[in-house]
Amino acid sequence: MTREELADPFHRLLEGACPPAVVRAIESGGDWGDLWAEIEASGYLDALVPEASGGAGLTLAEIAPLLMALGRHAVPLPVADTMIARALIARTGGERPDGPIVLVAGAASAPVAFAAVAVHALIEQGGVLRLIRLNDCARAPSGDPGSLAELVGWPEAPGATGWPASGVDLAALIAIARAAAMAGAGDRLLEMTVAYANERIQFGKPIGKQQALQQQLAVMAEQVVAMRMAAEIGCAAGLEGNAAGAAVAKRIASAAAVIVADTAHAVHGAIGISEEYDLQLYTRRLRQWRLAGGGETYWAQRLGRLRLAAASLTSVDFVRTHITATGTA
Amino acid sequence: MFESLSPTQLPAADEALREPVRTLIAEAVAHLPLDRRARSWQGFDAALSRKLGQAGFLGLTLPKRYGGAERGPFARFVIVEELLAAGAPVAAHWIADRQSAPLILNYGNEDQRQFYLPRICRGEAFFCIGMSEPGSGSDLASVRTRAERTDHGWRLNGQKIWTTNAPHSDYMIALVRTSGTAEDRQSGLSQLIVDLKAPGITIRPIVDLTGDAHFAEVFFDNVELGEDALIGTEGQGWKQVTAELAFERSGPERIYSSMVLIDAWIAHVAAMGRLDGATAALAGRMTAEIATLRAMSLAVTGLLAAGQSPVVEASLVKDLGTTFEQAVPAWIGDDLAAHPDEPVSPDLHRTIAYLGQIAPSFSLRGGTREILRGIIARGLGLR
Ligand SMILES: Cc1cc2nc3c(=O)[nH]c(=O)nc-3n(C[C@H](O)[C@H](O)[C@H](O)COP(=O)(O)OP(=O)(O)OC[C@H]3O[C@@H](n4cnc5c(N)ncnc54)[C@H](O)[C@@H]3O)c2cc1C
Repeated sequence: MTREELADPFHRLLEGACPPAVVRAIESGGDWGDLWAEIEASGYLDALVPEASGGAGLTLAEIAPLLMALGRHAVPLPVADTMIARALIARTGGERPDGPIVLVAGAASAPVAFAAVAVHALIEQGGVLRLIRLNDCARAPSGDPGSLAELVGWPEAPGATGWPASGVDLAALIAIARAAAMAGAGDRLLEMTVAYANERIQFGKPIGKQQALQQQLAVMAEQVVAMRMAAEIGCAAGLEGNAAGAAVAKRIASAAAVIVADTAHAVHGAIGISEEYDLQLYTRRLRQWRLAGGGETYWAQRLGRLRLAAASLTSVDFVRTHITATGTA
Repeated sequence: MFESLSPTQLPAADEALREPVRTLIAEAVAHLPLDRRARSWQGFDAALSRKLGQAGFLGLTLPKRYGGAERGPFARFVIVEELLAAGAPVAAHWIADRQSAPLILNYGNEDQRQFYLPRICRGEAFFCIGMSEPGSGSDLASVRTRAERTDHGWRLNGQKIWTTNAPHSDYMIALVRTSGTAEDRQSGLSQLIVDLKAPGITIRPIVDLTGDAHFAEVFFDNVELGEDALIGTEGQGWKQVTAELAFERSGPERIYSSMVLIDAWIAHVAAMGRLDGATAALAGRMTAEIATLRAMSLAVTGLLAAGQSPVVEASLVKDLGTTFEQAVPAWIGDDLAAHPDEPVSPDLHRTIAYLGQIAPSFSLRGGTREILRGIIARGLGLR
């Protein structure tokens, strides 16, 4: 199956089931059951689950276009998290629960993305993975406008039995999922912004004819392509969550997010600031995901420590050997 | 958007070239101090280019019947990446291998191919690019250097400037006007291969702000050239030069100019035992950008391998790449200046100073940042 054959039906599904009106409704506390049911019925949630356990047995690199599509359509549910969680649970032979699952790494006092629309959290603490029902936790809205993130107080003595993470780096997987979603949202923003620049007339011609804006849009395009390539590098790291690849993905995506979102707004003028206009659906997400699961400095530091631990290698050799290659030969 | 840039892996057969070329390069750079290696594709070493030619590492994209290796752009990527990462002085063959040879292959007649290509592959014929003139920089279509038809060929008058390696080169491929006037813009331009030993040519090196003299002014005073000087089709010079620029802009040299400095800095901070957050963040930032730019550059190579002329994609990667390689000397300089008590080798100091001063040229040579962004904007459908 080509990437397009995998991704095109998913795009069509999301276009139909998750238009901006549905995104807004869910973000303002509306019911998300219908959207979830459609996604669940599509079978995509088990894309990463081994074939022996009834999944599609795909790799993270293979589903990179799906993870990006989730950002492109501003899907207000933890679909990527659930895909990853279901694969990790299936590997242990465990029972995969129904409903959305969010991924959480470490003590996680920061807002947990998508917690408001999830049933379970798969949490990694001290090398142990545990599946926790969010209803058993103390939860409070993060208070970010329109955000589905929550502040979660984890139970002192987790009732659920855990299993060893055995090499799975959940923080890295979260970073990869967010970076891929950011790449998708960035691509959508680029399209919207270029289209707007060609439509909006000022001084008797489209604003996109102004060289000042053309140069800004060119930079935005560079950043969007860099985000996508970095996300591909992250996905190539696979479910084992190679930290170096994840760090590349999240460092690049988080650093680019500000430039991409700011340029989109600059070109749109005041209309982009209004709630009613769709731009905010994507720029708000870029800013949230930029910080979620570690921002650009956090991931630069993690990558830098790996780099310094291999100081005898040249940079080219480090990249060749530590950051998994992507794509087809 | 720009889905044409997609993840691309080096074929194993081409990756296998890495070790053999590495051995050859190690010998060539062993005696060079760091700041000489930082000159890389501005450093001239004809003996190294001949060695590379003998070993079969030049003309990798050219057919075997012209002395090439018939392996394609991925093989060239591996060789070029190794040369640049080591800071090997590759200027002698650089332009011939990168853009003159593909140009001659695509547009030359059989005699021209037979005459030039085997010598380029052996590292024995060096080329320079005759595009810019005093009055024509970004606005290349305004060139005024003129070639007129004679009974035996062409008579050339005019001037080129900023011609990298002109003093060491055997030939220049020049963009000249063969009919009409500068007002006719893109029409009436042609490309000529100029033998730089021809009478009437004066080459005056230009010293750059660091004291090097890699580029020059070239004057043509009634230079008589044969019929065979014309490469490609008369009047098609603009189309040909655009294709040539796609080759010029699409290589990994647009991300690796500061690579030896990065590696020397990594070695320095490791020797100092630094483990603090700011140091790690800088090391990580540079590594993340190298990894991403390399993936993008490989994607452009993939488009070349598929027979495309990735003008917009190459511009996008070049602009992002030069922005990175330009920033590196400033970042590293600031880092070392923030650690005044650390002993820094004179080599490293000189390299930061050299690269910091020359770095503005990274986004001028091969087309300025603003021009590249204009090309990207056109690719976006804005112009
Ligand atoms: C190290 C080095 C090596 C070189 N080697 C060669 C060589 O081997 N052969 C060769 O032919 N040339 C060579 N060049 C020349 C190079 O191609 C030119 O410098 C380049 O094309 C820009 O031309 P210019 O310097 O005349 O600047 P200009 O074109 O005068 O530009 C000056 C400034 O104006 C901006 N500008 C110009 N037009 C526009 C526009 N339409 N919109 C927005 N901004 C604009 C430019 O972006 C730039 O910022 C070399 C240059 C350098 C620095």
